[in-house]
Amino acid sequence: MKKFLNTADSFLADSLAGLGAAHPALRVDIENRVVTRSEGVADGRVALVSGGGSGHEPLHAGFVGDGMLAAACPGEIFTSPVPDQMLAAAAAVDTGAGVVFVVKNYTGDVMNFDMAADLAGDDGIRVETVLVDDDVAVQDSTFTAGRRGTGATLLVEKIAGAAAERGDGLGVVADIGRRVNAASRSFAVALTASTTPGADRPGFDLPEDEIEVGVGIHGEPGRSREKMRPADEIVADMMAAILADHRDLGSGSDAIVLVNGMGATPLSELYLVYGRVAAILADHGVTIARNLVGDYVTSLDMAGCSITVCKAEESFVHLWDAPVRTPSLRWGI
Amino acid sequence: MDIKTARAWVRAIAASVEAGKDRLTRLDSAIGDADHGNNLHRGFTAVDAALATHPAATPGDVLVTTGSTLISKVGGASGPLYGSLFRAAGKRLTQSAPTPADLADALDAGLAAVRKLGSAQVGDKTMVDALTPALEALRAAAESGADLPAAAHAAAKAAADGAASTIPLQARKGRASYLGQRSQGHEDPGAASTAMIFTALAEAAG
Repeated sequence: MKKFLNTADSFLADSLAGLGAAHPALRVDIENRVVTRSEGVADGRVALVSGGGSGHEPLHAGFVGDGMLAAACPGEIFTSPVPDQMLAAAAAVDTGAGVVFVVKNYTGDVMNFDMAADLAGDDGIRVETVLVDDDVAVQDSTFTAGRRGTGATLLVEKIAGAAAERGDGLGVVADIGRRVNAASRSFAVALTASTTPGADRPGFDLPEDEIEVGVGIHGEPGRSREKMRPADEIVADMMAAILADHRDLGSGSDAIVLVNGMGATPLSELYLVYGRVAAILADHGVTIARNLVGDYVTSLDMAGCSITVCKAEESFVHLWDAPVRTPSLRWGI
Repeated sequence: MDIKTARAWVRAIAASVEAGKDRLTRLDSAIGDADHGNNLHRGFTAVDAALATHPAATPGDVLVTTGSTLISKVGGASGPLYGSLFRAAGKRLTQSAPTPADLADALDAGLAAVRKLGSAQVGDKTMVDALTPALEALRAAAESGADLPAAAHAAAKAAADGAASTIPLQARKGRASYLGQRSQGHEDPGAASTAMIFTALAEAAG
């Protein structure tokens, strides 16, 4: 497997060094694996801190900046960061107004962020946690670790980040984040598996004529494996899964829609998918208030896409439109 | 267990993780995300380095340092879980020359910490499926008056059997649970690494 790689061990540090070089507005602490804003957080503002395994770029470090995250903690590839990172990040960005941890619902992420929240509390930092669990491919039951956090993470970080930027308090910012998550549903399909830098083979074997349906963002296999078929049929199945679960999203609803590439899918294909999503939502009487199409929550070099539909309250759209200035999401400034 | 044996145990774990990391990663790629071998290898390499400079006074100190280092270096679920196992066990292990029964008490405290963090039960296809029978065997051997080598060997066998018992199970915790029935037919990587930890204990005990 060919990759731009010096050694597997130095991959993450080398990549973070480049991130810092490309974006002077970011302060990239390679040693401690913490990315913050060079100019810090404005006085009295709540600070959003997120993190997770690397390999999902631009999530999370690409969303550090005005109007979105105050800090990100990149872990090893597909591996949750450690409590030391989150604690260092929280201590670096807390203005006294408190810190919101945005955590994708994976066993490791939840454990490490929980430990960090305890440690931060011991240090006098007020922490609220927003758990993102939008992936309808996983049954939320006592028989699983619960739904995974995927595309909705970006929506939570943008919308709650805008609330923090305008000066909302800790409880309000966390509540907005939780409401965005509760209003969001996602579903993903992989056409190919991803390969971790340094690994000699993909995370799972996927024959040329098959797709992995209900896949996650970590190279883990999905819910089922099915025969390849025309895009419109695949998208119809993905949307059926989302709409079956999203009972609040009735006719007359507004939505924010993210069609997200997993890393190796051309934008032309993502637009094709978006076109079908828009048609299906129009059939349901749902108005797409805002949309985003591109690679935002990726899985290394996986080909595939995820669809996220958030039932948008008016306040969500307002906060979505608020100025944001980060490496990978910027408007209004 | 004296401090020399405790250090030898942790070194033996590091060596067996190094030798077995590809196997662990292969098991993890079947039902997880293919990083368990590398993550534990990174963790125990850091533990080796920490213990080389750390002035541990008791076997418990060795385990606490091991646990704290794993929490700081590994990430994922295995970092907090194994880190808490060793840290909680080490905190309980205050004796300078603990008996097999003392070790069983300490590791029971470790298991309690693992369960508190992950809330897994036996049968969920996790490390608990190897850890629980290993500790039962260790306890039974200790109560029948066995010395550390005999008790450790009994624990190692029970852990290996426990790990093998996860093969037909459907995962109910962790990333493998996303697969539903597709998780059946594969040994749980966490149970497999737990079995390695008890095999290492048997090696260190002699």
